[in-house]
Amino acid sequence: MRVLKTTSYDAPRTDGFAFTAENKAKADAYRARYPEGREASAVLWLLYLAQEQNDGWVSNDAIEYVAAELGMAPIRVYEVASFYTMFNLRPVGRYLVQVCRTTSCWMRGSDAITKACLEEAGTASLGEVSDDGVFSVVEVECLGACCNAPMFQVNDRNYFEDLTPESARAVMAKLRAGEEVKPGSQSGRAGSEPQDGAKTLLHLAQSPAPAGEGA
Amino acid sequence: MPKLTIDDKEIEVPAGVTVLQACEMAGAEIPRFCYHERLSVAGNCRMCLVELERAPKPIASCAMPVGEGMVIRTDSEKIRKARNGVMEFLLINHPLDCPICDQGGECDLQDQAMAYGFDHSRFEENKRAVPEKYMGPLIKTIMTRCIHCTRCVRFATEIAGVEDIGLLNRGEHAEISTLERAIDSELSGNLVDVCPVGALTSAPYQFAARPWELRKTLSIDVMDAVGSNIRVDARGRHVMRVLPRLHEGINEEWIADKTRHACDGLARQRLDRPYVRGADGRLKAASWSEAFSAVAARLKGTDGKKIAAIAGDLCDAESMLALKDLMANLGSPNLDCRQDGATVGEGPRSSYLFNSSIAGIERADAVLIVGSNPRWEAPMVNARIRKRFLQTGMPVGVIGENVDLTYQTQYLGAGPETLKELAEGRHPFAEVLEKATHPMLILGSGALARADGPAILALARALAEKAGMVKEASGDEPAWNGFNVLQRAASRVAGLDIGFLPGEGGRATAEILSGAESGEIEVVYLLGADELDTARLAKAFVIYQGHHGDAGAQAADVILPGAAYTEKNGTFVNTEGRVQLGRLAVFPPGEAREDWTILRALSGELGEALPYDNLGMLRASLVERCPVFAAIDQIEPAAWEPFGQDGSVDSAPFVMPIANYYMTDPISRSSETMARCTEALNKGAEKATGTDG
Repeated sequence: MRVLKTTSYDAPRTDGFAFTAENKAKADAYRARYPEGREASAVLWLLYLAQEQNDGWVSNDAIEYVAAELGMAPIRVYEVASFYTMFNLRPVGRYLVQVCRTTSCWMRGSDAITKACLEEAGTASLGEVSDDGVFSVVEVECLGACCNAPMFQVNDRNYFEDLTPESARAVMAKLRAGEEVKPGSQSGRAGSEPQDGAKTLLHLAQSPAPAGEGA
Repeated sequence: MPKLTIDDKEIEVPAGVTVLQACEMAGAEIPRFCYHERLSVAGNCRMCLVELERAPKPIASCAMPVGEGMVIRTDSEKIRKARNGVMEFLLINHPLDCPICDQGGECDLQDQAMAYGFDHSRFEENKRAVPEKYMGPLIKTIMTRCIHCTRCVRFATEIAGVEDIGLLNRGEHAEISTLERAIDSELSGNLVDVCPVGALTSAPYQFAARPWELRKTLSIDVMDAVGSNIRVDARGRHVMRVLPRLHEGINEEWIADKTRHACDGLARQRLDRPYVRGADGRLKAASWSEAFSAVAARLKGTDGKKIAAIAGDLCDAESMLALKDLMANLGSPNLDCRQDGATVGEGPRSSYLFNSSIAGIERADAVLIVGSNPRWEAPMVNARIRKRFLQTGMPVGVIGENVDLTYQTQYLGAGPETLKELAEGRHPFAEVLEKATHPMLILGSGALARADGPAILALARALAEKAGMVKEASGDEPAWNGFNVLQRAASRVAGLDIGFLPGEGGRATAEILSGAESGEIEVVYLLGADELDTARLAKAFVIYQGHHGDAGAQAADVILPGAAYTEKNGTFVNTEGRVQLGRLAVFPPGEAREDWTILRALSGELGEALPYDNLGMLRASLVERCPVFAAIDQIEPAAWEPFGQDGSVDSAPFVMPIANYYMTDPISRSSETMARCTEALNKGAEKATGTDG
């Protein structure tokens, strides 16, 4: 029998959460986008702000803080935060590595990428935070970079594409060392162009079209 | 009025109803789990699929509004197959534990699986299991059984007005949760009723009985003055549970937690035989004849003026009438049914009734609540006000303690001064009331059960007249009387109706108590009266007739064991003035007897037998003297006559009479379940001890 791991919501508590002055101003601006009495519509914006401020995850207090900010019952915010997988309800590493595992990436070897990432992070299972607090690795559904599969995303921002287990490890090693890494394709191709050179419109390069043709 | 064809039958239905409702009107039964008449539409169980002509696939009828010319089929092979499919999915993760499930025998899923389920499962993978949740002392959860219909979430949010339950996570991981907190509502027991499966079951009733073993008796609740219609389920001589019974005028299909769960108090602390206090000051078990002769010996030669009687909050009209007649025989004018010390209620009926009726709340467009916490004093009335508030967003003003009533209120002030300002039109809220077409005033016992009660009643009346709360019928508009007194005691209106009040030169409760202290009152007959300062009766000879060994019995010199509300056929009048019949579900324990028979027997012992030999004769006498008792379950509008007494009012703020909702009477004080609720939900009521009213 499979037992669900979560029993309601048992995230570890942190002591108190409040927006910084800067985030508070942002939150007020988000809230002002919606008509009076509909402030609850800003819940996703505020949760994102809270997640950003709270080292990449939304704590119990952050959820209750957001609820109070918007005049919502805490359970309503919990519902939203637990529905969307983009909100992390548990602490994450400084770098959250989200490995895409949907069809294109999976067929191009995402399982091996995940394994390499876990090894590089030094964690035994998905979602676990590495002992040094630098990494946590999770699998996610399609991130929309199928042309450059397989790939992972770091901290909701940067896509690292065309990965091999080696290049995935290399990216993570650089992140750990604090060195600069270049997002995008790790195999060196530009954008989503074919991996081994141009495949179409070759005639344009090889033999310029005769003048007058196609007129 | 759109016309549609349902199963080849043409039917015209009101615009705006759903296809499901139209099918019901056409007599087609539609299976459903998530749809509930009194809750918002969720449309997530998909069991109510029907075929709509020219639609590419079956539609969820609960969420589809009717349209002109729709052709619906509810019984085609395609629909049957679709519903079978839905059922198969629902059963994928549902455990096969009907034999050990408390819902077994009255389970929607079980019943509908009989009609739409397969005889075997094609699902070979593991089922999912979900950890149990904590929802408070009244609700036991077995969340693996949950089918995620979200009825409980919608009930809590919409009807109970507490946003405590939600659906967390999604997809296969979805689960109902309260974040491990008890549901802070007086209506939480209804969650068990709305749950279509056995996920939420009654914790006090767990593994107690099977529905087919129970004897069902339709009766009336006495835990508050609302008179909720209930069904008492008993097995053998035990009341196993209390369930709501539909009454659109009173409780719709809900009941409050005390109504539902105080019934385990009926089996504890019972007086099951007479007792007489011996020479050593201890109560000794006695026979009925010993108890009666002890009473007769004490009453013989005692001047009637030195005898007094007080009726408690749970008494039926018959026993109060019998006691009144007995006191008349003894020559005593000292009787009172207002054990809380109120001095109002001697006026016309309109001065003590909830005149607008409970269903009438749905006509109101402005409400002023004075000295009352309807959430605790009458949860069903509060639910109605909330319902109306959600429909219209009407303004609700509160004078008294500022408590959370589950809807938005405007706090106007704490005491009579504010009421005076309103009556004199010096308060901005007075304008709100005057502008409203159906303004309503709810006057609670926190405002009336005090020394200046009559003056406050007069003030409230002045406000009612000034704000136009009493209107004659005009044209299509029926008459409106928005002057409402919210009673708290189930026996109160009946007591006032039959005139269980001080006679000429008689004493009211407060004077009976002071008389007992000074020795002017020598004998006090308590008919189920426990919410008194019984220490003040120490000098008097106290006869206690009642069903629980509570405060009254402890102070008694003679105890006559009576019947609780589930053990007698009795008439009760609710706060609207609606006469209803409570029925005997089980017999009183041991030697205890129905209350009026005790009084009848005692009257014979005292020399002059009361002139009724059976309940029919007693009821005939009741109707003869008080004709309102003839009309069962009807509301006779009370005439608007002068009442109240001008006088100075004390500026002390109104104090709520109930400190702990879960313990207000001998039955609920004896109930283990109510004690658990007090512990879990009534924090801050530590100061409330045994006998607070």
